[in-house]
Amino acid sequence: MSLDEYQKREFKQVGTRVRRPDGVDKVTGRAMYGADATAPGMLTGRILRSPHAHARIRSIDTKAAEALPGVKAVLTGADLPAQEDDFIRDVQDNCMARGKALYDGHAVAAVAAVDAATAKAALKLIKVDYEILPHVTEVDVAIKPGAPVVLAGRSLENVPAGMSENVTSHCEFGHGDPAKGFAKADRIVERSFRTAATHQGYIEPHACLASVSSDGKADLWCCTQGQYFVRTLCAAIMGMEASQLRVTASEIGGGFGGKTTVFIEPVALALSRKAGRPVKIVMTRDEVFRATGPTVHTSMDIKIGMAKDGRITGAEAHLRYSGGAFPCGTVDMGAQAAFAAYDLDNVRTYGWNVLTNRPKEAAYRAPGAPQAIYAVESVIDELCQDLGLDPIDVRLKNAAKKGTKSSYGPTFPDIGLVATLEAAKKHPHYSAPLAEGQGRGISCGFWFNFGGNSCVSLNINTDGTVGVTEGNPDIGGSRASISLMAAEELGIDYDRVRTIVADTSSLGYNDVTDGSRVTFAVGLATIKAARAAVRVMCERAAKIWGIDADAVEWKDGAAVPAGPNAGKFPPMSLAEIAAVSFETGGPIAGHHEVNVDGAGVSFGVHIVDVEVDKETGATKVLRYTVFQDAGKAVHPSYVEGQMQGGAVQGIGWALNEEYIYGADGRLQNPTFLDYRVPVASDLPMIDTVILEIPNPGHPYGVRGVGETGIVPPLAALSNAVSRSAGIRLSELPMSPPRVLKALGGS
Amino acid sequence: MKSIPVSTTINGDPYEFLCAPDETLLDALRNRLGLTGAKEGCGTGDCGACSVTLNGRLVCSCLVLGAEAEGAEIATIEGMADGDELHPLQRHFIDHAALQCGICTPGILVAAKSLLEKNPDPTDEEVRYWLAGNLCRCTGYDKIIRAVQAAAAEMRGA
Amino acid sequence: MVKVRLWGSLRQAADGETEVEVKAKTFKELLDRLVETYPGLEPQIRRGVSLSLDGVIYREAWFTEIRPDAEVVLMPYMTGG
Repeated sequence: MSLDEYQKREFKQVGTRVRRPDGVDKVTGRAMYGADATAPGMLTGRILRSPHAHARIRSIDTKAAEALPGVKAVLTGADLPAQEDDFIRDVQDNCMARGKALYDGHAVAAVAAVDAATAKAALKLIKVDYEILPHVTEVDVAIKPGAPVVLAGRSLENVPAGMSENVTSHCEFGHGDPAKGFAKADRIVERSFRTAATHQGYIEPHACLASVSSDGKADLWCCTQGQYFVRTLCAAIMGMEASQLRVTASEIGGGFGGKTTVFIEPVALALSRKAGRPVKIVMTRDEVFRATGPTVHTSMDIKIGMAKDGRITGAEAHLRYSGGAFPCGTVDMGAQAAFAAYDLDNVRTYGWNVLTNRPKEAAYRAPGAPQAIYAVESVIDELCQDLGLDPIDVRLKNAAKKGTKSSYGPTFPDIGLVATLEAAKKHPHYSAPLAEGQGRGISCGFWFNFGGNSCVSLNINTDGTVGVTEGNPDIGGSRASISLMAAEELGIDYDRVRTIVADTSSLGYNDVTDGSRVTFAVGLATIKAARAAVRVMCERAAKIWGIDADAVEWKDGAAVPAGPNAGKFPPMSLAEIAAVSFETGGPIAGHHEVNVDGAGVSFGVHIVDVEVDKETGATKVLRYTVFQDAGKAVHPSYVEGQMQGGAVQGIGWALNEEYIYGADGRLQNPTFLDYRVPVASDLPMIDTVILEIPNPGHPYGVRGVGETGIVPPLAALSNAVSRSAGIRLSELPMSPPRVLKALGGS
Repeated sequence: MKSIPVSTTINGDPYEFLCAPDETLLDALRNRLGLTGAKEGCGTGDCGACSVTLNGRLVCSCLVLGAEAEGAEIATIEGMADGDELHPLQRHFIDHAALQCGICTPGILVAAKSLLEKNPDPTDEEVRYWLAGNLCRCTGYDKIIRAVQAAAAEMRGA
Repeated sequence: MVKVRLWGSLRQAADGETEVEVKAKTFKELLDRLVETYPGLEPQIRRGVSLSLDGVIYREAWFTEIRPDAEVVLMPYMTGG
């Protein structure tokens, strides 16, 4: 995609706060989510999970379960095929263990029975003979030679010899010579940080309904961020052809990256194939926590040198991430994002991925970036304090801008960081007085944003309304945004457009709803599909008028003669052209299929005020403001919603949320009571300032907005808490016991 | 286990169903009566997605047994609108973009309605504490609080 | 010839260089030439790479044209959440 897509224009509909098309269904309880699907003759599927962090499965005896009346199928890893491809094998082995259980909660067997009570009873009859193996759940332990090996033989060629086999990959980014940079510094701060694994925490547990018929055709309904990717994975695991497996995405009750892969879907399909009946599996919350993807947990060392005037002279980061029991590349993105906000001559990041006996990491909003940027922004704040400098001024002094060679290699085109920092600096929040004991923190954040494969079909109905068919589950209002862009391009009212999300048999491949891509990439495909339909409508008008198609143009929702030489005809509206479409050549449609590139990177700056209760260690968030470069905000309310939601997930990450493992390697807090996500009474209003710096890679200047918002809160909170408490904290979450411990240690 | 026959009133309509002694009201509503508007997010009373009222009292239906519905008056999200006329809370949730994925929305609407029946003019803090048992992971609660207050103002005739 | 910037950990596969030159007019040609010239890069390229062209990241797009003076940076294949 070229960078000349963007054309400045006056918008009539884009930028307005219309009602979302799925609103009524969602406020009346009518919307169908993953667990709401049923099928005649449906069985209930349940999964048996390992109570051990690491154990060899010597044998599984399923005879008694199979003999229980009402049980229709029992499944173990032995029922699934051997896979050659590492990636597919990891996904499959994570859905159903083979040989070894790799973490507490790892699936080892499954049953399908006539009802939930029978399925539950059957699970108790399955006898698994485990040989318990030594386990390791902490990245700093797993990285050491001699640590228990989670999976052998998975280290990439880039891992130096002599390291633990748990180290699966290594990466290095940067330019210049940090040592030279440090030599020029007036002050160097070197600190180590740790961040706990957190869960995406979507309120809707994973759910699916699979129906495989004896002729090999299958249907799968599930809550997912990407039905096409679900099809790819399930077809590979089931040995099916893609055309024979139709996947329909239900409404989705939150995902944040966690529903970009499969956990129960292949199990339900395999059970359905065995039982010859539809099988529904709905996870419990305990299963969601224990067996679906949290983020990586990390251990990081950061060293930054700064001159007295605030200029960063050298920067270095060592990042050790663990994405659980299977290899993942999240540290690569963290290592690239760590210093992306700054224009640096001497910068280097090193990253290591390490296996531990924890569930397989799944993507979570800007995967890998919040952790590394938390550590970097914490050190910058400490340097500001040490040198008596204003934190925004220092960031402005070092801010990446157009022409900056980024810390991950490319030279930035037009970016919005300076504008975002300037907006933060002049905002009343930044200069508002703080009371005694309160602290203010700021942080920058960055995310790449992506485009990806997108297909859109746009049908002009004979009554002058328009149907848009796209293939990305709507996780935060995207159907409204897509309808707005179609309406804008066609010049008709938003209310005349209805956008639906298609199943995998109805449209070509669409990448997952991730990477902040949908409004950007599907929006681009929608605009181009609308333009294709407009071309057809202009041709029809030209035929009716008996003039050349080139002599007709589209203006304000109607075909008009392109100039005085084209002839004098009154404008012919979309509805008028549509009404005679059968007579003028047939139904009118436009479509566009593309792998979109040219997503614009996005920056955010967050300001937060807190007060730490030194008696209890609890942190009260008093005021919060988010500044983010969104490109054109298609539906400003939902842009604000992304910024607010990201900020609050980040607040939870910073203050409370963590995976806590016991010495036995078992997860100790797999409930919402003990894994505490932010609740309404924890929070103030989250103020937002949207900066609309157009993305040159999109016709309307749209950037992604979904992910950047979770990046700055970690350091913003840590910096605020550190300033309020008068002591630097270097571990997340800053839960009350940890803050108290830090205060006691001062 | 022998099933228990239950006669109850849901959203003003009489219902009869059979349920197992250990079956939750949530499961009975969803699986036996087709009232899937209440959602199960946790099954332990921590998320509030299954909120309904039982004899006027706000409860997590995952913590109530189906058998306890005997002779009771239950209100669920399905009964909140009057025909095709949305309740002011429902309307303001749409107008204020107070939902993103929408999975928590039925529970939050039921809880908010219950609050406004007791306290038609709550402070923001009162709304936040009342809704502290209803988790929303998408919105950061900001627009939810605003929507509840806008609906409260309309209902007071303010 | 096109100058391609590699990330640090690929240096060992490219004779210790982080900037290499290959003859290519498109991304596809560039990836093919890189593998021919530096076979050590093949495993990473097979696993997936993104390419930044004048500051814009492309994840696939074989036939994207590369001008000789363009800035080309090889990056790991990127995904989001």
